[in-house]
Amino acid sequence: MSDDILGKFAEALASGAVRVVDLTHTLSPDFPVIVMPPELGQSAPFRMERISRYDGGGPAWYWNNLSFGEHTGTHFDAPIHWYTGRDLPLNSVDTLPPADMIAPACVIDCSQQAAGDADFLLTVADVMTWEEQHGRIPARSWVFLRTDWSKKSGAGYANLRADGAHTPGPDTEVMRWLVAERDIIGFGTETIGTDAGQAGHFSPPYPAHHYLHGAGRYGLQCLTNLDQLPPTGAMIVAAPLKIQNGSGSPLRVLALVQERSTG
Amino acid sequence: MTEPLLKPKRKNPLARTTQPLLPPSARSRKAHGLTLAAATGRFMLQCCGECGRYTYPAREACPNCLSPELAFKDAPTGGSLLSETRIEVTSDPYFREHMPWRTGLVQLDCGPIAVVHLHGDCGEPGSRLTLSLQLDRAGQAVFFAKSVSEVPHMEDDPQWREMTADPKHRRVLITDGRSPLALPLAQVLKKAGAARIFVGVTDRWKPFDEQASLEAIEGIELVDLDLTSERSVQDLAMDIGAKVEILINTADHVRPARLFDAGAANAVREAMDHTVMGLMRLAQAFGPVMRSRGADGAAGAVAWVNVLSVHGLSNAPQFGVHSAAHAACLSLSQWLRTELKPGGIRVINAFAGPLDTEWFQTVPPPKVAPKAVADAVLDGLKRGLEDIYVGDVAKDIEARLFDNPKAVEREAGQ
Repeated sequence: MSDDILGKFAEALASGAVRVVDLTHTLSPDFPVIVMPPELGQSAPFRMERISRYDGGGPAWYWNNLSFGEHTGTHFDAPIHWYTGRDLPLNSVDTLPPADMIAPACVIDCSQQAAGDADFLLTVADVMTWEEQHGRIPARSWVFLRTDWSKKSGAGYANLRADGAHTPGPDTEVMRWLVAERDIIGFGTETIGTDAGQAGHFSPPYPAHHYLHGAGRYGLQCLTNLDQLPPTGAMIVAAPLKIQNGSGSPLRVLALVQERSTG
Repeated sequence: MTEPLLKPKRKNPLARTTQPLLPPSARSRKAHGLTLAAATGRFMLQCCGECGRYTYPAREACPNCLSPELAFKDAPTGGSLLSETRIEVTSDPYFREHMPWRTGLVQLDCGPIAVVHLHGDCGEPGSRLTLSLQLDRAGQAVFFAKSVSEVPHMEDDPQWREMTADPKHRRVLITDGRSPLALPLAQVLKKAGAARIFVGVTDRWKPFDEQASLEAIEGIELVDLDLTSERSVQDLAMDIGAKVEILINTADHVRPARLFDAGAANAVREAMDHTVMGLMRLAQAFGPVMRSRGADGAAGAVAWVNVLSVHGLSNAPQFGVHSAAHAACLSLSQWLRTELKPGGIRVINAFAGPLDTEWFQTVPPPKVAPKAVADAVLDGLKRGLEDIYVGDVAKDIEARLFDNPKAVEREAGQ
């Protein structure tokens, strides 16, 4: 059996025993991007301009020119994105080891807490509680923070107020701990960043970026459909565009989920 | 007495929209001295440098002393009506649509006698009149005479409406609701009788301070519009393109950048995308439909206003990106003017110096209050101007550019 793993996998896909869940938002001009103070550089939003659509510009074909920042839509953060990861080997999306593009995920459901508190922060205690129920987070796993934030849109999704964004995320200690004590491959969220909306005020600022990328780990953000994933066992396929020296890229994130056998 | 212009009725969808026609527009190169005056709302005629007499029509030499020194100079605007002609029948296609039309002979106080377009309330021959040079629908300078004293509903005179872009009963699109100009513009336009005011807002998910104040104005509708997105601009034009009679482009993107800074290219690209490419996208989406509606009833499409930086006329290095972007906008605006001309749509450029806003916070006074820009734009629409200079800095730069553009360039770089 073990010499035909992919054959079994193909059968499982064909029979529906393994379901493919799309964790990606549609890349569209209206999807919010991270907002920096206006005097700093800004991420270009997603834009699409037509080259032709069966018209004078190209009578039989339809195609467009695209422009966007590396960190738009559902996207991947490589270690080089943060200063803490700048000197690591293989730290950009073009040098990302292909084996790291497929990894299992642990999904921690904090949707209830986030519904009651936009500034909800995941703590080590929350993760310990999750581990009591689902077992220890395996090394080289993704940890996804499920908040159901992806069900919001527009202003509610960005949730910008005069003192900045208010969206849930991890606290400082849990990020240090997940990387150092659980050896996670990366951290994924449904919000615009891997960090909480107010994480600029944490110490260090933006701890998810700080610790993940400093240890050569990855980030995924603007994920959706996390509510369709089991707490453990989903396999994540996350292959960013191979952009030379790129710090990240929009990508299609897929989850492979084994349906529970009914027998 | 001028009849007040009533709110136009809804269009009969079975009737063909009247196509725009233009009045005769051939002019000599000399006569464009009058165009220059009319564009800025001045009353200028050729005045002989030798004998001091004003002359009209425009010519190469003084008819009195044959001196070739005939520069255009500000002239007194008074005159007396000699005779009035009410034209009932004409073979000219444009004027046929506007019959009857009043013209008259006026003895100008500065000397010449001129054939002028007459306001409906000019009184009997001998009446005192105030003259102005106006740009007609073809964009060419013509004389227009009104009575010296205000009369009720004076601005509703149908001939005067053809010479201007009065917002009364017209629907206006302000392209950038986040601009500090949006609220004062919406307020003055509402007061001036605009039928409806659409205000474009980018990224509705980002809150902004003036939103509540804008929404509180009756007749305002906030619409999704992002000038950096072709799709967004096209989508809005599909919804309201045929409902915009006056478009006011308030888009700007002021960001400090030094030419040799790392990352300056991003600042330039962003500024160009918001301003030049934004204007291009607007022109492509709204230009054709506005041009086709230039004769669509008493409140048809009439004007396109670009609020530009006066530094677009000559680069100010402390706002280098901003200056370059607005220089490109000016060039594009001139192109747009030619493209919109067959529809009789007036393209107005309002040049302002640094505004009293956050991006010019560290600039010493004088600065222009957003309300002053709004008032100047409204004045420009109501008087049918083409080039408006708002505030002391803009007026100073205009005058100095006229005198010596090199001096403006050198002094800006110091």
